[in-house]
Amino acid sequence: MDLSYAPEEEEFRARLRQWLAKVLPFLPPKPSPGDWPARRAYDLGWQRMLYDAGYAGLHWPADAGGRGATPTQHLIFLEETEKAGAPYVGANFVGLLHAGPTIAAEGSAGQRTRWLPPILRGEEVWCQGFSEPDAGSDLAALRTRACRDGDDYVVSGSKIWTSHAEVADWCELLVRTDPGAPRHRGITWLAMPMDAPGITVRPLRTLAGSAEFAEVFLDEVRVPVANRVGEENDGWRVTMVTLSFERGTAFVGEVVACRRVLGELARAAQQNGQWDDPVLRRRLGRLNAEFRALWRLTQWNVSEAEAGGGVPGVGGSVFKLGYSHARQELYDTAADVLGPDSLDLGRPWMLERLSSLSYTIAAGTSQIQRNIVAERILGLPKGR
Amino acid sequence: MRDGVRGLLARRFDSEALRAAAGTPGLDRALWRELGAAGFFALRLPEADGGVGLGLPEAVLAFEEAGRVLLPGPLVASHLAAGEVAGAAAGETVVAAVDGGLVEWLAEADIVRGDAEGARPLRSVDPLTPLHRVPADTTGGAAAGPADPVAVLLTAAEQLGTAGRTCELAVQHARTREQFGQPIGAFQAVKHLCAQMLVRTEVARAAVYAAAVTAGPADIAAARLLADEAAVRGARDCLQVHGGMGFTWESEVHLHLKRAWVRAQRTGGATESEELLAADLVA
Repeated sequence: MDLSYAPEEEEFRARLRQWLAKVLPFLPPKPSPGDWPARRAYDLGWQRMLYDAGYAGLHWPADAGGRGATPTQHLIFLEETEKAGAPYVGANFVGLLHAGPTIAAEGSAGQRTRWLPPILRGEEVWCQGFSEPDAGSDLAALRTRACRDGDDYVVSGSKIWTSHAEVADWCELLVRTDPGAPRHRGITWLAMPMDAPGITVRPLRTLAGSAEFAEVFLDEVRVPVANRVGEENDGWRVTMVTLSFERGTAFVGEVVACRRVLGELARAAQQNGQWDDPVLRRRLGRLNAEFRALWRLTQWNVSEAEAGGGVPGVGGSVFKLGYSHARQELYDTAADVLGPDSLDLGRPWMLERLSSLSYTIAAGTSQIQRNIVAERILGLPKGR
Repeated sequence: MRDGVRGLLARRFDSEALRAAAGTPGLDRALWRELGAAGFFALRLPEADGGVGLGLPEAVLAFEEAGRVLLPGPLVASHLAAGEVAGAAAGETVVAAVDGGLVEWLAEADIVRGDAEGARPLRSVDPLTPLHRVPADTTGGAAAGPADPVAVLLTAAEQLGTAGRTCELAVQHARTREQFGQPIGAFQAVKHLCAQMLVRTEVARAAVYAAAVTAGPADIAAARLLADEAAVRGARDCLQVHGGMGFTWESEVHLHLKRAWVRAQRTGGATESEELLAADLVA
């Protein structure tokens, strides 16, 4: 395991630190969580700053307008921006991490020119229309129908768990174009303009009390055929091409943040006397072990991806299983540190404790991840 | 290096040899000398002193291999004695040590390091690790001082070997054993046990390999905690996947669990490592 960085990587880190120190003090104030237009403006503003400084699309290929950075440079970028308290990717998430890379890999020259630069410059927001009420873990069961009518597809159905739908310009949409074909072969990938007639967005309130997601209802929405990326009925493959795009870097910033929270928890425990409880103290010690290991595993996955060896899509399942559990354990321990105050959502960490409950569900439940690990890594047979 | 050790162990200590050894325990002196000749004990000694001149990362790989096959003997104590006790490096002298109030292989060793005064034999849970208990007043937890971090790390490497091996054994069994007309590995309940074994193993592997590179005290403590857990729980789950066969003496599964228990008691148990890692958070 090589844990050292090359001189040019250290230089990249130093320049990035310098830039962050220069610009972060002049960021506008953070918008309130419920104000979606303000959140959009804030996130796009940050993306524009990254663009102007040459950090936009760091991990995108150069011919798509990106910087063609190595996975290690991307890891350093995520590590340093988190440590410096820089804004998160926020509303730019789907554009930068999924829709954009998909268009870069599978789109026509015209599509790349139309959609990629506005993502990098922080001008357009994308959302993701994949999951449906009856197609969650079993995504290929999706039923939203698209029928050809002249130069348009006419789309009807509903999508769920769509983040930033209220403020998105585009939706990367999976639709069923051939109900007669085997499930994976009748799906098509479309870029749907969110201002098209027939789209209704209904915010979905989560158990944390906020509306982080939305349901999107589609009633005979017309999407130009020109907005199709890849061939008709080839959308499943088009989508999967970019699933391993993050090359092991998906949770870099979060692991860095968890390690910081862990230190804060220990100091809070020292202040309120809980540190004298050896059971709690040792639990914190064990969490320190887990997050140290998860950080090393991240570095390792990234360097494997760089060497072209590992498949982060699969190795990522191992990481996600360990990480999602550790994150929930971290915030449960935070509740133990706070004692009765843990019931006060105004206290630090307690909203994060609630949101951590989604980690074993979102982006593939732990049960699905275990199936993936067992079947694709360990080679156990598929069940009936 | 790793392939060399793996090859030697495959030749000299395969599954059959392991089962035979469990019936007639004893230290194989010839194998010990072969290990010495292969550089297992002298691995980290400088070449000028007749050693191999490698570092902790290579030692960790070698001990992982030894852990996989449950190679018996006071491996860590003898490795640490190389260069300090005559004949240890070459595998001519078998060195045991007092550790965590216990001594492994006391009667069979040529030299015992530490104060083993008054040590009495235990009916060892692990048929392949004879144990003596040292009276508390001569070694006493705190009085024994903090554990040697290298011993902690090499033990963690052995545990990592067991974690990997028990995961493999469970998967092998789950692929071939059929019930209800299909391999039991097709059932999610079994599949998920195996997947979690791999997750614990790979997280522990990251911790152990990283600690071998940094040699930092907190990294080593983390490696220890995660490798102990991966080995002990891995062996337990392996036993569960094997069903009734796993409960028999004939199956090798119990030997992995018992050795994992023995190693987990080494170097003061988990408490010291957890406290070290807690202190590290507020350092």
